[in-house]
Parts: sequence; C-alpha cells; structure tokens
Amino acid sequence: MIRYILKRLAMLVPVLFGVTLVSFSLLQIVPGDPAVLLAGEDANPEFIEAVRQEYGFDQPLHVQYLRFVARAAQGDFGISIRNRQPVIHLLLQRFSFTVQLSFLSILIAAAIGLVAGVVSATRQYSIFDHASMVGALFGISMPIFWLGLLLMLVFSVHLRWFPAGGSGELRHLVLPAVALGAASAAVIARMTRASMLEVIRQDYIRTARANGLRETVVIYKHALKNAMIPVITVFGLEFGYMLGGAVLTETVFSLPGVGRLMVEGIFQRDYAVVQGAMLLVATTFVLVNLLTDIAYAFFDPKIRYE
Amino acid sequence: MSEPLVRTSQAAEVWRRLKRNRAALAGGAIVAVFVFTALFAPGIAPYAPDAGDLGRRLEPPSAEHWLGTDELGRDIFSRILHGARVSLQIQLVAVLIALVAGCLLGLLGGYYGGWADHGIMRAMDILLAFPGIFLAISIIAVLGPGLLNLMLAAGIYSIPQFARIVRGSILSLKEKEFVEAARAAGEGDASILFRHLLPNAMAPIIIQTTLRMATVLLTASGLSFLGLGVQPPHPEWGAMLSNARPYLITAPHVATFPGLAIMLVVMGFNLFGDGLRDSLDPRLKD
Repeated sequence: MIRYILKRLAMLVPVLFGVTLVSFSLLQIVPGDPAVLLAGEDANPEFIEAVRQEYGFDQPLHVQYLRFVARAAQGDFGISIRNRQPVIHLLLQRFSFTVQLSFLSILIAAAIGLVAGVVSATRQYSIFDHASMVGALFGISMPIFWLGLLLMLVFSVHLRWFPAGGSGELRHLVLPAVALGAASAAVIARMTRASMLEVIRQDYIRTARANGLRETVVIYKHALKNAMIPVITVFGLEFGYMLGGAVLTETVFSLPGVGRLMVEGIFQRDYAVVQGAMLLVATTFVLVNLLTDIAYAFFDPKIRYE
Repeated sequence: MSEPLVRTSQAAEVWRRLKRNRAALAGGAIVAVFVFTALFAPGIAPYAPDAGDLGRRLEPPSAEHWLGTDELGRDIFSRILHGARVSLQIQLVAVLIALVAGCLLGLLGGYYGGWADHGIMRAMDILLAFPGIFLAISIIAVLGPGLLNLMLAAGIYSIPQFARIVRGSILSLKEKEFVEAARAAGEGDASILFRHLLPNAMAPIIIQTTLRMATVLLTASGLSFLGLGVQPPHPEWGAMLSNARPYLITAPHVATFPGLAIMLVVMGFNLFGDGLRDSLDPRLKD
C-alpha cells in the first residue's frame, strides 16, 4: 500500500508542474505586456515598472516561472486590479463557497444515484428500473444552466419553496446543488446499477443465498459492499466535474463562488484572479483524484499489485 | 492484409443489431432531424432569425409564432432552427479537431511506447487536471471569447478522451499477429499505423465521436450562456437562454425552448452513441 501511494505521489509531480506551467503561460500567451496586464491598462508608468521588477518580467522565462511558483507556494497570487485586494483573499472566500456547494451536490447525487442504482439492479426490467434509467438519460442530457433556470421557475417563482437569490444559508444552496448534482446522480445511478448487476451474478452471492441468508442481507451486506468498489472512482471524478460545473450554477443563481469569480475575471481582464482560480481549481482536482485513487486501492487490493 | 472491424458484412451485422435497438433508433431519428434542420434552416424557418418586431415583444406561442417571440420580438422557432446550424458547425469543427489530434497522439503513444508515450500521456493528464467545462473556460481565458476560439476550446477539451481510447486499443492491437505479419512483409511504421492499426481501432473511435458530439454541445452552449462563446445577436441556443434570463418570470417560454432544443439534441446523440456501442462492440457494453 505504501509503495502504491509513493508511486501515485510521484505521478503527481509532472501533473502539478504542467498545471503551474499552464497557469503561468496565461500572461505570456495573452497579447500585451504582462506587466501592463497585471497592473491594469490605466496604471501609471511607475507602478507598471514596479510590477515588472517584482514579477521579474525583465528576466528570462525560467526565472519568471520559478518566481511564479515560489510566490504561489506561499499563497501570493498578486493583487486583483478590480477589487484592489490580494487575490488569495478573494480565492479562499469564494472557493470555500464552491466547495460547500459541491459537497452538498455530491451528497444529493450520491443519495439519489445509489438508491436508484441499487433498486434498479435488484428489480431489473421493472417499471422502477425503466423509470430511473429514463431519468438518468434526462440527467446526463440536460444542460446545468437550463435545469437551474427551470428549478428556479418552479420552486422559487411558482411554489415559493426556496429563495430565488441570495446566499449564506442552506436553503439558498438547495436548488443550485440539485441543478449541479443531477448529471452526477445519473452517472452514479448507471454505474451502481451496472456494478450491482455484475456482482449479483457472482458465485459468492449464490452461495450466500443458498446458505439461507435473507435477501436484504445478501443485497445490502454482501452485494452492495462489492459493487461499491468501482463506484468509488466515480465520486472523485464527479466531485471534480462539480468544481467545473459550478461555474454555470453560480452564474445562474448569482452565487459568490470561485467559478463566477473566474468568469468575471475573464471579462474584466483581471488576469491575476484568472491565474489564481485556474491554479487553485486544477490543483484541488488533482489532489481529489489522488485521494480517490488511494481510497480505491485501499478497498480493492488488486489495484495495488498491477 | 489485416481485416478491419467495420467491413461490409460486419457493417450489415451492426445495422441489423442497431435496427432492433429502439432507443438507438429514436436517438438516430433525433440526430437526423437535427442535421436536416441545420442544413435547411433558411428554407424551413418562417421568419429571418434576426428580424424583430418591437411591437410584438415576448409574445407567448401562437399560430403565427409557434414558439412565441423573444425580447426583441424575433420569432423563437426560426431562431432555434437557425441555432441548429450554429450548433452543428461548432460540434463538427470541435470534434474534428479532437478526433484528428487525439487519434494521432493515441496512435503515436500506443505504438512507439517509451518516452513518446509517457510524454503524451502526461500532457493529457495535465489537460484532464482542469475539470470538465473548466478546461474549456481556461482555454477561452487564454484565447479570448468568440466563435472560433469556442470551437478551438471545445476541441482541445476533447482531445484527451480520444487519445486515451486510441492508445488503449493500439496497445492491445499491436501485439496481434497481423501486425507482425505486416512488419515481416516489410511494411513501414506509417503503413502499419494507418492501414492496419487505425482501421481496427475504428469501433471505439466511432462511438466516442458520437458521444462527444453530445458533450461538446453541452460545453459550447454552456460557454455561450456564460458569454464566453457565440455572441448575441447570433441565434445560438446557450446565448439565447442567457438573454432570456431577465424575462424568466414574465415570459418563461423564451428560456424554455432553447434549453429544450439543447436537451433533445444531446439526448439524441447519447442514445445513438449508446446504441452504437451495443451494436458495434457488444464487449464494451456495461
């Protein structure tokens, strides 16, 4: 297990190198003088020169890159030219919001997906099975932003069950979390169903039944435990897609998350913010994937020996 | 000579299996209607997509305007038909970029192995470190908003999936006897790659291409919804939805129909892709 974790950690190095390199390149590829891009077009020449010195834009590229990484490692992502605040403050504030939203979404998606998947598998070809698979098809085919608008229309405007705007309380997060989690619920339901169907046909399940165990014990104790193994990997991936999809949900519901911060940064040419958001979201996703892989190896010893 | 998976007799077999799959047929029908609409929108649409009548703003569906009018009094039905053109164009260009680049990278990595493979796969890992639509948004952040950059972003965003699938197929195919036979017959690497390996890896590529048409539409319309893709007044479905937001309460139909169009087309490609997977390669069925 330790060897697997070390091997997996070693794979992290080139990916993190690439992620920092991509975020760093943003200022190099966007047309214009990087110092002017960071300082703002209407900044005075002294300030632009100060930024140039501080970031080392007059130095060779590899020196600039190393400075960028050293600063980022210390949590220094520069100053936002629109908010006149250190980018790290904005990022942490907005990111904690996005993480809360994503957690709530993955909880909803897991609950719906697992129940639908298990019941569909145990009653294959029943009405419930067909209905939940049609539901899953809708889940993966609906654009998040449209689903968000429809939920808002039905549950906030007409039924008045949830507020249409605002943030800070759990009730503000319910509709966005459902919109964001629908596609993942569908993926988890399909995956759980397929995995359960395969496990149910295994010999040890037949043995458990032959030993006279009750059907609920067979399904929930023996089958589900084994069927969950491949589903675990999906959780990590889906959590990552939520960090991405949150951009759309946050825009629809006007929520203060990191995705909306990034989109606003693009429109306002606030490149320090865009750079910081890219680095933060990608690094988080890479780490989540690392944890998922380790969890997977923990539950399924076969992986470790490959 | 090797025998590609999709030969004429096998194509007939695949068609026979596909015909029995009602979900796949429904998906294929939706895709066919979508493509037909995209090709002939100017002929079918009752109004020009940008012809507005400000005296008839936000009207609900009627005999005259089947899906009502939008905030500038434009016919929503006509705009959705023309939107199919924009969507299909984005999907084709983006998927083509991903298909060509992804197949090349996958072929090279899988066939040569070693450092080439290692380098290519790590590069794909780096792209995949940016989750989902976030990768496309990051690419737009670098390139700037607009139709052309949207197609590039949606294309680059899909490269890793093709590269991984093709590489996986090549890894197992290159050990087969027909490759050894070709090499013994004195064929060069290029000939082995494109005449023997690629044709045999077609099934997963065709399936992935179909399913990616769905993902690209969701991504591209999402980017346009955010204002990062196709800009108004072009009749793009995501951009139309974005414009409809202020009228969600007073005229919900303006936001409803473009979203419905996206969902139907995405569903069509998903159903058709799943059906193709089941009929092209029953082993891939999950």
